[in-house]
Formats: sequence, C-alpha cells, structure tokens
Amino acid sequence: MRRPWRWLVPLAALPVLALLAYGFRLNPRDIPSPLVGRPAAPFALTSFDGAPVELAALRGKVVVVNFWASWCYPACYEEAPVLERGWQAYRDRGVVVLGIDIQDKDEAGRKFIADFGLTFPNAPDRGGRVSVDYGVYGVPETFFIDRDGHVRVKHVGAVTEPAFRDAVERLLAAGPGAVR
Amino acid sequence: MIPEIGTGVLLVALALAVYGAVVAAVGGRRGRPALVQSAQHAALGVFALLTAALLLLIYAFLTFDFSVRYVASNTNLGTPFYYRITAVWGALEGSIVLWAWMLGLYTLIVVLRHRTTARELYPWVLAVMLGVLAFFVLVMTVPAPVFTRMAPVPADGRGLNPLLEDSGMITHPVALYLGFTGFTVPFAFAIAALVTGRVGDFWITTTRRWTIVAWYFLSLGLLIGGWWSYHVLGWGGYWAWDPVENAAFMPWLTATALLHSVMVQERRRMLRLWNLALVVLTFSLTLFGTFLTRSGVIASVHAFTQGTIGVFFLGFLAVVVLVALALIAWRWDVLGAQGELDSVISRESAFLLNNVMLVAATFTVFFGTVFPLLAEAVRGEKVSVGAPFFNQVNVPLFLSLIFLMGVGPLIAWRRASLENLKRNFLGPVIVGVAAAALFRLLGVGSVLVAGSLALTLFVAACIAVDLFRAVRARRAMGERALPALGGLLLRHNRRYGGFVVHLAVLVVAVGVTGSQTWSVHTETTLKQGEQAELAGYRIRFEGLRESQESNHGKVTGTFTVLNGKAAGTVLEPAKKFYPQEQSPIAYVDYRLGLIDDIYLVLGDFARDGTSVTVKIQVNRMVSWIWLGGVVLTLGTLLSVLPERRKAA
Repeated sequence: MRRPWRWLVPLAALPVLALLAYGFRLNPRDIPSPLVGRPAAPFALTSFDGAPVELAALRGKVVVVNFWASWCYPACYEEAPVLERGWQAYRDRGVVVLGIDIQDKDEAGRKFIADFGLTFPNAPDRGGRVSVDYGVYGVPETFFIDRDGHVRVKHVGAVTEPAFRDAVERLLAAGPGAVR
Repeated sequence: MIPEIGTGVLLVALALAVYGAVVAAVGGRRGRPALVQSAQHAALGVFALLTAALLLLIYAFLTFDFSVRYVASNTNLGTPFYYRITAVWGALEGSIVLWAWMLGLYTLIVVLRHRTTARELYPWVLAVMLGVLAFFVLVMTVPAPVFTRMAPVPADGRGLNPLLEDSGMITHPVALYLGFTGFTVPFAFAIAALVTGRVGDFWITTTRRWTIVAWYFLSLGLLIGGWWSYHVLGWGGYWAWDPVENAAFMPWLTATALLHSVMVQERRRMLRLWNLALVVLTFSLTLFGTFLTRSGVIASVHAFTQGTIGVFFLGFLAVVVLVALALIAWRWDVLGAQGELDSVISRESAFLLNNVMLVAATFTVFFGTVFPLLAEAVRGEKVSVGAPFFNQVNVPLFLSLIFLMGVGPLIAWRRASLENLKRNFLGPVIVGVAAAALFRLLGVGSVLVAGSLALTLFVAACIAVDLFRAVRARRAMGERALPALGGLLLRHNRRYGGFVVHLAVLVVAVGVTGSQTWSVHTETTLKQGEQAELAGYRIRFEGLRESQESNHGKVTGTFTVLNGKAAGTVLEPAKKFYPQEQSPIAYVDYRLGLIDDIYLVLGDFARDGTSVTVKIQVNRMVSWIWLGGVVLTLGTLLSVLPERRKAA
C-alpha cells in the first residue's frame, strides 16, 4: 500500500511550533508605566558620602534615576559598569546619573559601590519612600527624566549600553523647554 | 574553585552523553554488541558525573559559596539549613540539574533492568535516553549554566524566594520531575519500536509499568502542588488553571488515556498507532511544559526567568515531534489495526470513549493555555483565559469520565449482552438515581452538585458490586471473607490496584465538588479581644507580636477558636517581611479537618497592634483531596506489584 499523504502527518505539528516561536517576540511582563509623560516625583535624599541628592536642584539637566540593590544579581551587577561609563561619557553634556539603593544594608551597599568604583551620586532610600513614589516593582529599574522634570523612559531590568545611549541622546536632542 | 570544577564535570558529562547516544545508535544499526556495551558504560559515567554535579551544588549551598552565582542568587546567610538544600532546585538552573540527574537515574535503571530483556530495542532505547539526557546537560552548560562564577563575590546572597521556604518545595518538584522525566522511558521504547519496525506489543507491555510509575509521580506532584498552593499562597484554593499548572496537567491527561488504551492493545491488538501517538504526545507535552515554564513566553505566577533557554527547548521540542511523527509516517503501513470493534456496547468502546474525552480535555486545556498567544498573533490583542473557560468545558468532560470509570471495568469485552449489563449495572444505577433524588430532596447543592455526588456513588457501587461478587465466588470455594478479599487484591493486583486508583479519583472528585460548593469566607477588622463569627465558628483576636527570624521579620497575630470541636485551637497567621522582597509575604495558619478547614490569613494591622484585618475561611472537604493522594499511593503500589496470578 502506498500512502503518500502519510508524510503530511509531521507537517501538522508545524503551525503549533510556529505559534510558540512567535511567542519569543512578545514579553508578557511588558506593562507600560503610567509614570511616563508625567512629572517625576520629587525627592531629597542624602548620599552615602553625606551629600544632599535632590531632584528639584537638577532641573534643566537630563537625569537618569537608577534603582538598585547589592543583592540584585545578576542584573544590577551587569548594569553598574554601564551606568558608570554612561555617567563618565555624558556628565559634561548636562546628564546626571543618580543611584538609589533600596531595601539594602548600608554596609553591603557601600561595598557594591566600592567594588564597581561608582563615582556618580548614590543614596540609600531609607524607609523606601522614593521607590514607592516611582512604583518600583523589582530592581533594577531605571527612569530617564527630561530637562523639564518629566519621566520620558522607564527601563526594566539591566540597562544596556545602547539603551542608555538612545534614551539619553533623545532627551538631550529634545532641548530645554520642549514639552511634548 | 567550585564554579570551575562544576563546569568541567558537566562538559565531560555532555561529551559522554553525546558519545553514548551516537555509539548506541550505530551499535543498534550495525548489530555490534561491543558498541552498545560502550554506550552502556557511557550512561553509567554520565550518571556518576551528574551525581557529582548535584552534590557539588548542594555543597556550595551548604557552605554559602557565593562565588557561584546561582548560590548567591538563591540563598543568603540567614537561609535555614533545611531550605539551603531545597534552594538547589529553587530556580531555573538548579531545577534543570535535578531534572537531568533524575533522567540519568532512570537511564541507569533502564540499563540494569532491560539490557538483556529488551533485545533488538535496547540499543535504540539507550540511544534515545542518552540523546535526551545530552540535551538537558547541554541546557545546563550553555543557556542556563548553573556553575557560573560570580565576580565580584558579594558579602551576602540575595536569598531564596520566600514562597519556596516550605516543606512542599522538597517534595513537589521531586515528585513532579520524577513524573516528567519518567515518560522518557516509554518514549524511548516507542522510538526504538518505530526505528526497528518491531511495533508489535512487546514494547508496550514492557513499558506499562514505567508508564504507571511516571503517571503516579506526576499525579503526586500535581497534588502536592495543590497542597502548596493551598497552604502557602493564602487564597484558599488549590488549582487556578494557571498556564504552568496546565502544562503539568496535560501530560497527565494523555498519560491517563495511555494507561487505558494500552489494555485495549494487549487484549484486542487494536490501537497500535494510537498508543504510539499518545506516548509521543505525552513526552512532547512534558517538554512543552518545561518550555512554557522556562521561556517566559506566557505570563504565569510560576514562571522562571527568561533567556535564550526557551529557544533551546522549542528547538528540541520541534526535533522530537517532527522526528517521531516522521517515523510514524514511515511505519504507517505496519501500524494498521488487527482487531476490529465488534460492538459499541463493549469494554473497548468504553475505553475508546475515555480516550476521546481525555484527549479532548487535553486539547481544550492546550487551547486555553496558548490562546493568549494566538490572540496576540492574529489580532494583536492582549487577553487572558481564566478559570471560567476551563471549568465550563472540562467539568462536563470530567463528569463523563467519572461515569465511564464505573462502566469500563465491569462491562464485557467485545460485545456486552443485555444480561451482562443488567447483572453488573442494575444495582449501581439504582444507588446513583436514589442518591441523586435524595440529595435533591435534602436540598444538597445545585443539580450539578447533586448529580456529581450521585455519579461518584454510582461508580463506588460498581466497584463494590465487582468486589462483592469476586469475594462471594471465592467464598463458595470455601475461603473466609477477609482472606478471600486479601487474596483477590494480591492475585489480581493489576485489576484491583486500578480499582483503588479509581477510588482515589472519586475521593478527590468529592473533595473538589465539596470545596467548590460549600466553602465560605469573610474579611473583617477586629480590635484586641473582639470576635468574628463564620459558619458557626467564633474566633477571637488575642493580640499581635513582632519577632525577628534568621532571614526575615515577622508580625504574628494570635486567634483562638472559641466553640465547636475546634474549641481552644490557637491559630497564628503572620506576615513575613523579607529585606529582598517589595511586599510582605503572608503566612497562613489553619486547622485541617475531614469536613471543615479553618483557615486564617492576616491582612493589614494597626502599628500599635491593637487591631487587625483578617480573612477567615471555612473551607469544606478540601482534606479529601489530600486523602485521595494517600489512596492513590496505595492503589499504585498494589498495581505495580509483580503479578502473582500465574503462581497461584
């Protein structure tokens, strides 16, 4: 008996496999933040070095607010060097990187900063008020704030070099006073 | 040093597994026993290496070796000893280690048991087992490397996901994975049968016991998962039709179908193609489940982190499905049925119907699980499919299956006469109908609830009728009742083991029906010394206290049950505050009972401890579900005992 159609049997599985492959293009956790486009919540913290860290004082600059913790592996460990390099590259062009260490022990936070040689301001968020204001769900999360103090981009997970550059360049290009 | 040693061990294991798979296949093809022997040694070596890797990982956890990234991510200095061991499989990478180790163990048992008995099939069985094993070791080294070095080495680790600090996390993954990996053995035999063309009944009788064992562990894994969900998550339920629960449930459904259809093949030489397809489907669904849990494609409470691992799993799934189906197509002509269905009113037809329904249930669960993906692909919409859909389609299917559970084991093979039907079913039908009428008269639940309960009684009566008749036959030969029953169970252990498993399913079904129908809950705010009342229970709030545990802070409420059988019971639900978590974790306290569980979840509380909000639930008959697990264990044990009929 010759039944050439039997070779169609394996093909029946292809649509299902294709659908599953399509799933890789999606991110089910990709939930848009309601904060984007809104004024960034003000905060005033004291850095690990004892210097004041105040958002309102930075109006007119592009501010990158990064929430991290020393226990956050691997994402915070991956992005720490990226943030430091970004800060070095853009600090002269009116960009400020601020690190906010949440739910952490001071000692562990200081070790993290020393291990990575971070030079941008880092402050502990005692009592977790700032992370609540920013709706931080898990670390790391990074908010890019434009010169008028509006949140423009929210990045969940480790910040990569291109993601940092794209967001910062966009906000720098928008210029001062360009409220959209 | 551990990261380097571990990685090295795994690389050698990978090379050995690939070598073994290839050599076994070549040995099978050319008929060279020496090559097969070498593959056998490779299998032993892989198992030894995987054992070493597992022990190394456990050692790293016990010694807080934070230079291993996986250890740093899943434990901290405060993690208690006990949970440092379960943390080994608490996240993605380690779960694959456990998985692969179990697969290695199964491979070892296959070598020990079947190297002389499985004849022509054996080399190919070995090749498939080692091939699958090689894939999992590959996953452990490339997309989910467990021994990655952490630099700089942190002072303390992140800590285990607090929800996993529970005894259920020792047993749930172990049982579940023993189930999942166990289906590799029947699959390997099926592929071997297809490759060699020996698609007769030998492979299926050989793997029957394997299928039962894997099926049992999967059932147990599902039940323990339900228990974990019930007493840890604090929502008072045990099943949510979450994608990952579905992923474990689907292979269970197809494996259940297989356990039944195998009997038709043994008895009537029918369904060869169907059984092969079921084995392939079951194994593919276990892979699909792993893919779903670990790829991040579908959102789920259980999901592990994402990464490239999903691509690996999908690729492997595609290879497995396409190769298996191509082999089936190749052997299509010899897979044709030899027996024919004589009558619609017969046992084989009841089994067929059972299979159709189980596969239909599998399909609806699959459809509901991937529907969000489909909707997004076709219409760009984000949708989620909830419990109502799954319940609506599956409840009628499951009720029909319960009905068939009564009919199938008693109805005659080939063609049931009217006489046979009357003799077997008149009594049980009367019991069922009378029970339904009585339940309605007493106002027990809705029509659906009364019907379901009556149905379970019908099935129980069927089992009782059969047992009674068999015991009576032996008593007629001069045996006394109890020894007769014991002898029956042991001599026909396969049949009666199956009956006990059916009883277990009935017990679970009653538990599900009861808990869905009669559970009640309330949420209330109480000042110290005040009482709340629910379903006749009065519960008093005594006070709050704060404590510091090794790795978290804890606020505990004390409540006393004032009346009824539970009078005097003190319940202490709590909220646990872990430094690494954004929100507090509820710690449920409960008192289990055969009918009523009293179940408390602590909500918000005043800072000064004078008042609390508490969720009080009285959950009904949930314990029957766990009880069903015990009966299931007994039934399975009975049915896998060596058959003694011939010796008798």
